[in-house]
Amino acid sequence: MVDLIKHFFIALRQVFTGSRNYYLWIGFLVFWILLGFGTYVIQLKNGLIVTAMRDQVSWGYYLSNFTYLVGVAAAAVLLVIPAYIYNFKPIKEIVLFGEMLAITAISMCIMFIMVDIGRPDRVWHILPFIGAMNFPDSLLAWDVLVLNGYLFINLAVVLYVMYRIAHNMEYSMAVVRPLVILSIPWAVSIHTVTAFLYNGLPARPFWNASILAPRFLASAFCSGPAIMIILFQIIRKISPLEIEDRAINKIAELIAYAMGFNLFLFGAEVFKEFYSGTIHMAPLQYMYFGLHGHSRLVPWLWAALIFNLIAFFLFLSTRARENPVTLNLACGLVILGVYIEKGMGLVIPGFIPGVLGEIYEYSPTNHEILITLGIWAVGALLYTLMLKVAIPIYTGTLRFSAGTTVAAREVSGQELVQGPDPDRGGLIPDQTS
Amino acid sequence: MNKKVKETLRGKKVSRRSLLKGTALAVAAAALPSAGAEAAVWDAFFQKHFQELNDRDLDRIITRLEKEYADRYGKHIDVTANKPLPGVLFGYGLDIARCIGCRRCVYACVEENNQSRDPQIHWITVLRFKKGDKWISDLENADKYYNPAKVPEPGYFYMPTQCQQCENPPCVKACPTQATWSEDDGIVVVDYNWCIGCRYCMAACPYGARHFNWTRPGLPTEEINTQTHYLGNRPRYSGVVEKCTFCIQRTRKEPGQYPACVEICPVGARKFGNLLDPDSEIRYCIENKRVFRLKEEVNTQPKFFYFFAT
Repeated sequence: MVDLIKHFFIALRQVFTGSRNYYLWIGFLVFWILLGFGTYVIQLKNGLIVTAMRDQVSWGYYLSNFTYLVGVAAAAVLLVIPAYIYNFKPIKEIVLFGEMLAITAISMCIMFIMVDIGRPDRVWHILPFIGAMNFPDSLLAWDVLVLNGYLFINLAVVLYVMYRIAHNMEYSMAVVRPLVILSIPWAVSIHTVTAFLYNGLPARPFWNASILAPRFLASAFCSGPAIMIILFQIIRKISPLEIEDRAINKIAELIAYAMGFNLFLFGAEVFKEFYSGTIHMAPLQYMYFGLHGHSRLVPWLWAALIFNLIAFFLFLSTRARENPVTLNLACGLVILGVYIEKGMGLVIPGFIPGVLGEIYEYSPTNHEILITLGIWAVGALLYTLMLKVAIPIYTGTLRFSAGTTVAAREVSGQELVQGPDPDRGGLIPDQTS
Repeated sequence: MNKKVKETLRGKKVSRRSLLKGTALAVAAAALPSAGAEAAVWDAFFQKHFQELNDRDLDRIITRLEKEYADRYGKHIDVTANKPLPGVLFGYGLDIARCIGCRRCVYACVEENNQSRDPQIHWITVLRFKKGDKWISDLENADKYYNPAKVPEPGYFYMPTQCQQCENPPCVKACPTQATWSEDDGIVVVDYNWCIGCRYCMAACPYGARHFNWTRPGLPTEEINTQTHYLGNRPRYSGVVEKCTFCIQRTRKEPGQYPACVEICPVGARKFGNLLDPDSEIRYCIENKRVFRLKEEVNTQPKFFYFFAT
């Protein structure tokens, strides 16, 4: 217990000391968090009427962000598969940072649900045992279970490995490997269950199509890894952590396959709806051409489609993948494209036209946008703080260790040995060299 | 069989849950020794699911609610909790041939059921169709905002919709907290004290029958109907879902009353009764008219029957 408190303070000191840019970045995030929080207080006081959601379109921007972030979280698995199934070493060394992204994304998902529900004070009603979880009937109950399970698995791996390294101890692959292997089907499950959440509603033909879950997976495997590619480049630039180009190229290659599959599935959906031309075509028509003069989503969805297509061809070319400019351009396009397509582009057309034929055009209010920005800022802060502690532990500059007295020891560049080699169950960087 | 299994599971949950809640309550009680108002807040916070309340719990909760309502509205509001009558399964009939689209049912329902006046919540939606246009399975041409000087309008016909009280309700399946369920007399109800306001049921409902309190309901004291039911027309909270309950506060009385919409209809287009009673009016309609149900392709099996009497 005393140890835990001591570790907490070591981590705290680590988090509170940094360069001027670090403080500026944190200050920037805190500003948006406070603004978002203040707006949330207004929403709590007045109710969800401060949003643009109404009975006709009863889910909006919050649920769109939730849906997108489930995809980001699941994408950590894309690093795990090559790392642990095919033993691709360059990625293996950075898997933990992908898992931290998953932890961040799931935490943000939970926050987006919390701001979306009308009675956050009663959220415990959804929990098993203490509440009245409607399991197995309700897909939302399933989602609570799989999302929290995924959060737990990733937290367990990250905490265990970091704890061992921080104490100069080897971590056991017998502990890590089963958890990591389990996280692969689990990542698929959080995605599938979230897709089924929409998919299982016959009242909404746009969602009630079997292609929804496969498309969910395909698009998730594009945007999550794209975020990671950008994050990894930033990380290796501003910290001593070494991330090989080979790792980044491999991830980029995987995005190309996923995006190709995503576009194919999209084409299949477009063909079925427009060629058969039944009444179920209406939502797609609303998305790409407008319906009865309502066309608010049209420019967004065309933009998303064009972004995804450009990105696909960029990722397909080896030369474009290896050039940092085109690589980052492609990543940015994928992130934006999927954010539109899997966010508002998925949630809103489910409600348009409504079950009674009504068209209510939704676009988020300033309240919704500020609260959403606030949650993204919380996510960015969470990831930053995790990196602030994890990177020095990983590179060997920070030790909680019993035995040696180094706490936050300054080490010269020479001593920064790459992270432990998981192949051999965690080789500890040599402290004395 | 399946239901039984679920009930046993539920039984198991209860014991653990009450234990936890008991502990939490004790902690809460210790933290707040004598503050009456705050105690009520905690009481409301830890209130159990409606179906797990025994009669004593329910009495205590109703007393608390009546006090809460008196404080808020300056008026005594009677909250009842009549149980389903044995041998009753309610069904509803609507004669499209007669409906003139006057919307008296819409506003009678609002007054009877204490819906929010500002912003407006309507449990009944009357759709207008142009004669010859597509309708029933494709409602694309339905107009719910028609506003002529006089009804009925030549060239148009009307189809009122409300909760269809499905035998296979997608909203109940969707609800993650079991805050909405089908009662033994076939009425789908919501526990306004258990609903977390996730609105999944609204996405699941094919009839647009569920409505959300996007803010605290605007309900003027002088317009309150003081005869209420716990699962029906008692004043609602901000952030919860509500819906038609076949006027549970009227239809479960003995002797029973018709739902307000049935009573107000000036042309007698609305029929209501016990589906299990072979002599009821609704049974007569089903057996002698050609009835259909809305969106039969989604297999919700509504107990709300449309027909043409003439």
